[in-house]
Amino acid sequence: MTPVEPPWALLAELTHGCPLHCAYCSNPLELVRRSGELDTGSWCRVMCQAGELGVVQTHISGGEPLLRPDLPQIVAAADTAGIHTQLVTSGIGLDAARLGALVDAGLRSVQLSVQHADPQASDRIAGRRRSFADKARAAAVVREAGLPLGLNVVLHRDNLDVLDAIVGLGLDWGADRIELANTQFYGWALLNRKQLLPSRSQLTRARESVEAWKTRLAGRTELVWVVPDYFDGTAKPCMGGWGAVSLTVAPDGTALPCPAAAAMPGLDPPNVRERSLEWIWRESPAFNAYRGTGWMADPCRSCERRDIDFGGCRCQAYALTGDAARPDPACHLAPDHPLLRGIVSESALGAPSPAVPRSFRTAAGRGDRV
Amino acid sequence: MTLTHTPGSHPPAASVPDPDPSWRPALARHVLLRHDRVRGADLLVLPERVVVLHGPAGSIVRLCDGARDVRGIVEELAARHPKAPVAVEVPLFLGRLREEGWLR
Repeated sequence: MTPVEPPWALLAELTHGCPLHCAYCSNPLELVRRSGELDTGSWCRVMCQAGELGVVQTHISGGEPLLRPDLPQIVAAADTAGIHTQLVTSGIGLDAARLGALVDAGLRSVQLSVQHADPQASDRIAGRRRSFADKARAAAVVREAGLPLGLNVVLHRDNLDVLDAIVGLGLDWGADRIELANTQFYGWALLNRKQLLPSRSQLTRARESVEAWKTRLAGRTELVWVVPDYFDGTAKPCMGGWGAVSLTVAPDGTALPCPAAAAMPGLDPPNVRERSLEWIWRESPAFNAYRGTGWMADPCRSCERRDIDFGGCRCQAYALTGDAARPDPACHLAPDHPLLRGIVSESALGAPSPAVPRSFRTAAGRGDRV
Repeated sequence: MTLTHTPGSHPPAASVPDPDPSWRPALARHVLLRHDRVRGADLLVLPERVVVLHGPAGSIVRLCDGARDVRGIVEELAARHPKAPVAVEVPLFLGRLREEGWLR
């Protein structure tokens, strides 16, 4: 067996609590309650262990990480451990004072989500009034603090047609990087797949527009297109390989090789409350389950792309076929690919009902449907 | 996260011009240079990317402090490594890093 290389990156999901109600939320159907979250000391220990293990970069995310009042302490623990920190936020609650405390603690970068270029449409998709205005203010605050700003826009049927305006908004807000992320269908998003899936022609137009922007912005603003793997016929190299580059720690301390792996029954993921991050990364059965290529069956095992896409995404294979060890149906060589083609062609007919907004509280749906 | 190795396997693009010898290179705002004890390597850490600096790349980037100009950096490295082709390769390397947006 080849030795296990150390991880480079940690996705720290501090909380599942979130002021937004996006229908495309990729967090699991069952969320961790606030009372079940890791405490400050545990997160600081995780950061310290992560640094010792070889992690050099962390994305501090959620839910909305700003809901944690101890955020500066957690950022400081990461920075002390030599880890570069990026805050991944909705922008709700990010004012100059809050950001100032985080920068003092060592925060180096902010990634801000936005749902649409039009304020009303953005508020509607986010399921929160005036959230667009909060985001605009957050972007300005980040720029004033001199931090790099990334904009993250999840793309779906309701915003792909305004891609030009979205890129324009990113430039207006002074983003250094604009990530145009086609919806990945996990967790809540899978529930709303029919409502979110775009048409093939929408995607073709958007992709052409992105290519044109990339040429125009080369060397100035980085534009990233996260591929719509349902449509492309190729599997994405999910997480750079299972247990290869990155790990996720969920709000309750569950450590996962992929943020979507919480939904995989039988994986029995380890928890940072019980085990060291080093044991979790190197020894735990969950992180070794699909590491490398030994677990693969044909057609992946003999495929020349096996070290490029690593057989695609295990969580997607599980979500679509019920078996995490099968080739990702996104790949045109996968035996289950026809299943995906069926889903995509059905989506061309449109959705029968509105999407179900995400709600952190169990008392969901106060009429603010997307 | 994207992992990149530099000097990369692809040759420098023909379009990258040799930088002006009076340019005073400095790391871009979003780039952090650090030594990785675990891997024994110098790294550029960016918000969404980690660049592993192989060979002498780290010691070159360490001189990019915004005070030294390209000419000065070349002279300093030439004094340290009299037999290395620094006069040609270092400006090329710095130009490539600027093209990537990691130096300004």
